[in-house]
Amino acid sequence: MAKIKGTVVVDTERCKGCNLCVVACPSKVLTLSKQVNGKGYSYCTMANPDDCVGCASCALVCPDSCLTVYRQKDPSAN
Amino acid sequence: MANFEVEKTPENLVYAKPRLITDNTMHYCPGCSHGVVHKLVAEVIDEMGFQDKTVAVSPVGCSVLAYNYIDIDWVEAAHGRACAVATAVKRLNPEKLVFTYQGDGDLVAIGAGETFHAANRGENIAIIFINNAIYGMTGGQMAPTTILGMKTETCPYGRTPEQHGWPVKISKILSELNGVCYATRQTVYTPAAVRKAKKAIRKAFENSLNKKGTSIVEIVATCNSNWKMTPEDANTWMEANLFPEYPLGDIKDEAAK
Repeated sequence: MAKIKGTVVVDTERCKGCNLCVVACPSKVLTLSKQVNGKGYSYCTMANPDDCVGCASCALVCPDSCLTVYRQKDPSAN
Repeated sequence: MANFEVEKTPENLVYAKPRLITDNTMHYCPGCSHGVVHKLVAEVIDEMGFQDKTVAVSPVGCSVLAYNYIDIDWVEAAHGRACAVATAVKRLNPEKLVFTYQGDGDLVAIGAGETFHAANRGENIAIIFINNAIYGMTGGQMAPTTILGMKTETCPYGRTPEQHGWPVKISKILSELNGVCYATRQTVYTPAAVRKAKKAIRKAFENSLNKKGTSIVEIVATCNSNWKMTPEDANTWMEANLFPEYPLGDIKDEAAK
């Protein structure tokens, strides 16, 4: 049981679908969505939200600063 | 797998858009390295508490509109003259943090003279130099930093030493000057590289404030649009082709002594 879990919030209108976050993610959490944003880019989204550990690798390499990362310990662990 | 929802509260926040990056959507192509470097610059200035005490000089090139994206004071220099403008700004405001943000066309081609002599005088400025081996803004012409064999709009059969000369390793050249205290070459294509580049930028800014001399931080970057690749392939290509020509790491670090 993973005791730490993360989540990524995507500013979908800022995202340009460059795919760099998808490649950078060590847990293969992210993917590009089938929908597009107002500018016609398919934005990044969480495909496997349960696997996210909140390492923020995606946010570090994101050129458009559109990712916000949160991380939390399992409240039921202690 | 943990069965709980992560609460999106400030205490759980790991990473957010740096405070000094404005809400304007950047005009850069998807996957452009400029965005990451902007982010690092904004983070470092915010951490140092220098938002109101920084004057940046923006170049001509893709990053000409950088003043729209980082919420600090900017001066727009004529093409290639950023280091000359920065010299004036720093000499008149010695307590300010002054840095230039330049691309390879601006710094190595048209601005080679200004850059060289500013560095030779040991002006207390930091130079952030984005080297993507091509002219990005104007549509992919050959830059002085284009590597041998690389195809661009103006050397469609690949760069040859007979016709075009060899790639200019400006950071190495500048590191030979006594006025330069810190010359380093970094990149921003992986999370680890981004962290290292951030440390290098911070060091350059601190050198500038401590009057140690000129610091140059070269960022080997991608230009996927003009290399005609996806951002992902551009990173792989950069790793395979640019890094042997432009090896990463510190070239000179006199400030450490």
